Formats: sequence, C-alpha cells, structure tokens
Amino acid sequence: MKKFEVQNIKDTRSGFGAGLSELGKTNPNVVALCADLTGSLKMDAFQKEHPERFYQVGIAEANMIGLAAGLAIGGKIPFTGTFANFSTGRVYDQIRQSVAYSNKNVKICASHAGVTLGEDGATHQILEDIGLMKMLPNMTVINPCDYNQTKAATIAIADYENPVYLRFGRPAVPNFTSATDKFEIGKALMLNEGTDVTIFATGHLVWQAIEAGHILAEKGISVELINIHTIKPLDAQAILNSVRKTRAVVTAEEHQMNGGLGDSICQLLARELPTPLEMVAVNDSFGQSGTPDELMKEYGLDAAHIVAAVERVIKRK
Amino acid sequence: MTDIRTLEQTASQVRRDILRMVHGAKSGHPGGSLGCADFLTALYFNVLNHDPKFNMNGKNEDVFFLSNGHISPLFYSVLARSGYFPVEELKTFRKLHSRLQGHPATAEHLPGVRIASGSLGQGVSVAAGTALAKKLEGDKNLVYVLMGDGELQEGQNWEAFMFAAHHKVDNLIVTVDYNGQQIDGSTMEVLGLGGDIKDKLMAFGWEILHMDGHNMQNIIETMAKAKNAAGNGKPIFIIMKTEMGYPIDFMVGSHKWHGIAPSDSDLENALAQLPTTLADY
Repeated sequence: MKKFEVQNIKDTRSGFGAGLSELGKTNPNVVALCADLTGSLKMDAFQKEHPERFYQVGIAEANMIGLAAGLAIGGKIPFTGTFANFSTGRVYDQIRQSVAYSNKNVKICASHAGVTLGEDGATHQILEDIGLMKMLPNMTVINPCDYNQTKAATIAIADYENPVYLRFGRPAVPNFTSATDKFEIGKALMLNEGTDVTIFATGHLVWQAIEAGHILAEKGISVELINIHTIKPLDAQAILNSVRKTRAVVTAEEHQMNGGLGDSICQLLARELPTPLEMVAVNDSFGQSGTPDELMKEYGLDAAHIVAAVERVIKRK
Repeated sequence: MTDIRTLEQTASQVRRDILRMVHGAKSGHPGGSLGCADFLTALYFNVLNHDPKFNMNGKNEDVFFLSNGHISPLFYSVLARSGYFPVEELKTFRKLHSRLQGHPATAEHLPGVRIASGSLGQGVSVAAGTALAKKLEGDKNLVYVLMGDGELQEGQNWEAFMFAAHHKVDNLIVTVDYNGQQIDGSTMEVLGLGGDIKDKLMAFGWEILHMDGHNMQNIIETMAKAKNAAGNGKPIFIIMKTEMGYPIDFMVGSHKWHGIAPSDSDLENALAQLPTTLADY
C-alpha cells in the first residue's frame, strides 16, 4: 500500500473558503450568498475582499436558492453556502424547480455534512444529502476528500456550467493530496493499485480507507483504492475496470446506505458486473451528539470498520 | 408603445387564446389567466423594454418572471402574440413533446421563459436575484414579477420581501394578482393574511401602489408610476385588483374556474363575449 504524506490536518470547509477567495480574484462573475453562517463556511475572506459580490441573506435558505437562480440567469456564477442539512432537505423543492429543472448554473456549497459535525446532534447531521441531490436530473454531486481537493474542486466548478452540489465538512482531517493537482469533475482517482478487493471511498473516508489499506496489507490483502470524488456523474468505466480485476468491492462514505455512493455503485454493478459488495455507511439511522471520532466509530465509518468489511467481502468471492 | 384601444383589443384576443388553449388541452387554469390578461398584455405590448429575439440573460432589457406559473396559458399567448414564437404553437399547449408545458419550463427552450414556475412562492426570490445581477452589471433596466395572492401563503415570499427591502433591491417591481380566490375558496376563508396586504408590505419597507387590473388606462399609468419609483431605495409592490375569470359572465369572480377546462358549450358561450381582433391561432 502506497504511503501518503500528510501535509497537515485541516478542515475541508477551509479548502472551500480558500478556493472561493481565489475565485473572487480570478473570476469577476463569481458571487457568493450565505445564510448567516459566514464564519462556519469560511466565506469571510471572500466577503471581506469582495463585499459588493457577497450577499448576506439571513436565515432564509429558500430565498437564497431562488436568489442564486436569478443571479445565474443574469450571467453570474453564484455559490451558496450553508450547512448541508439546510442546503438540501430544507430547500429541496426550490433546488428542484428553480435550479435543477431550470438548469441554472448555481453552486450549492454545503458544509457540516454527516455525523462528524459532532456535538450539535442529529438535527444538523444530514446523512441523506447525496441521495437527495443525485436524484435530481441535471445535478452534479461532488464530495472531495481533503482540504486541497476541496479547494481545487471549488475552483473547478466555477468553469463548469451546470448545477453543482459540493459537499464538505467541519472536522479537521488529514490533508494528503497535492496542492497542485487539477480537479477533473467526473474522474475517479486511482490512489493505490491492488488485486484482492477494490475500496471505493468518497469524502474524508478516503483517508480512513488509506489507513485500512495499510492494516490489510499487513494481513496480506492487496487493496485497490479509488477516490470517487464525483458521485454524479459516476465514472462507470473506472469502476468496472477495477472490479473486473479484483472481483470484490467495499464502498465507504459518511452517508446513509440508501442513496449514497454505495447505492450508485450497487446499481452499476448489478447491471454490468454482479460482484460481492459490502457498504461502509450509516444503516438507516439518525446520528447523535458526540465527538467526530466517537461518532465515526459508533456509526461504523472508521478504518477498523473498513477492514472488517473487506474481510467479509473477500470471504464471499 | 401601443395605444389603449389597441391594447384592449389585443387583450381580447389573448383571452380567446387562453380559453381555446385550455379547452384544447382539456385542462389548465383559465380563471387567473383571464384575470391577469389586461396586465400582461399591457406589460409586453407597452411597458417592458424587451427583445422577442430572446436572450436568456436578459442583459440590457427588462426581465419578467411569472411566479404563479399555473396561468401559463396567458403567459404563452402574450409571448406568442408579441413575437417570441409562432402563434400556431399555442395549439400544442399541454400536449406530449410540446414546448408549452402545463407550467412554464426552460427544459424545452421556449423563448421568453427564463425559469420554471408552478411550485408557488419562488418567483420573487428569483427575480430579486436577477435584479441583483443587473445592479452588478450597471444595467438600469428593471425586473418585473407577477404573483398570485393565494401564493402569499408561501413563506418563501416573506423571506424575499425582507431581503429585497433590506438590500434595497429597488429595480424590482412585483405585482400581486389580488383576486381574492384560490383553489379551495376565497383567500380569506382558506388562510387570511390577518390584515391589509398594503400595511404588511409597507411595514417590510416596500413602496406600495394600487392598480385596477381591468382598466387599461389605469394599468399604463400605474406602471409608469412604478417605473418612476424605481431607483429610490425601495422595491415596489403593486396591489392589482382583478376578478378571476374576467370578463366572462359565467366565470367571473368564482374560484370554480381556477383550474378546470370549459366544455364545448362553455367555450362557445365564452368566445361569444370576446371579439376576435388578431385572428385565432
């Protein structure tokens, strides 16, 4: 298993903030809207540098989505920012009609996804957002793995004329991808080639999968690890190429099993290449208060659970 | 600029289109469409600075959004009659593969439609967004919205009202079709506003105007006042009194005609009350 150098431990939301700030300098059409969470979303740099292109909308997310659609009609590239819960479930119909169906160039940027927002508890810990967003025609769904990749993804989506859901989180996680990597929307990233099993991971669970890969290597299991940062459109070719070789799959994500990355890969494999598969994801339950590490363990999302899932799936080959 | 008499004649033809479209589709929403026909005719044939060649971004022209998308027959007729697409296409309303969907949509690329509407309460937000884009561009043209009064029950509108006043979106002119009717009955019975709409919007910081939606002269004068009021730091709200189904004698004022199609004999009876002025499609 390849070694990945951790440059630092950083929150992915700060990658979003840095990317947005850079876009502010390079793309005059980029505008930003925030629903009273400017600090939490790390949008304060953009707000300070470009006050004329930043809109504080207050705690009114439905209006924020409509405003963004209208700004997009007028030729702007709006980035909306709030927690993932309020970015999706709260405003589903607004996104469906005014953004997705109307095919407006709006970037819905969502922090604090999943249980790892921690102590605030289940009211804020959405685990259904990927599913909600990927079901919408026209919507692209991106869930980067670390600070550098989130920054790169933020910059990349500005030049991609399409509705986008960009998902990131609150906790500090290992930052291990290169700051100079270009972000290619829709392209799966091979992190490690192996022969016994493929782990498809998304978001910060990519790091958990790397740690699992090292543990499994010591046990003599050769892991192929692929980072699926774009859940829709799914890189079907890369997935099938890998699974043809390994013939066993584990998916890993901080999301419900229903509707997440694993669900997308199950659909693909059931149609094209039926293969034993295990899912590391939340099994039809809400979260609760706790520290991010405690919750990762409690809901079966950490490296140990990925190792166990690999051992289960290999027995089914 | 079109004179009052010609506008009235055009509105009569638009109303014939509405009834024939809804009859042809055997479904649709004639009541509100008929009620707002004078206003939307005036808007497209007199008030708006607009280009029927249609640019989605609406730069350097006025932009109109229909929030109460169910009155699509009216919107489509006015767009066709003002040159956005062929009038003959009106006969495809609500049919399979038509660009004239039951509620306005952009997926089929119908010229004149910039956003889907139908799920209520979203138009003011979208319009405010486009108004912000115009401000960023230094474009002095205005953004107009038509919405229903029943639609005021949707909470998102009040978010948008608060936002537009707070952020001084003063290039935005919202007209509410104040006909007092919605699907289940009168707006007062279904869910009253608990006070005067004028007082509420004034309290939110909007400039308020009143308009008689069935008096073409008054519509033109009021819209001129609204244009003059733009740019003064406040968004503008026009309370337009109309009657659902106007002026068809057996439809007028009743919520019954919100969302049903006229029968063959209903259509004949209704068309007899509306002179043909531009030839039927």
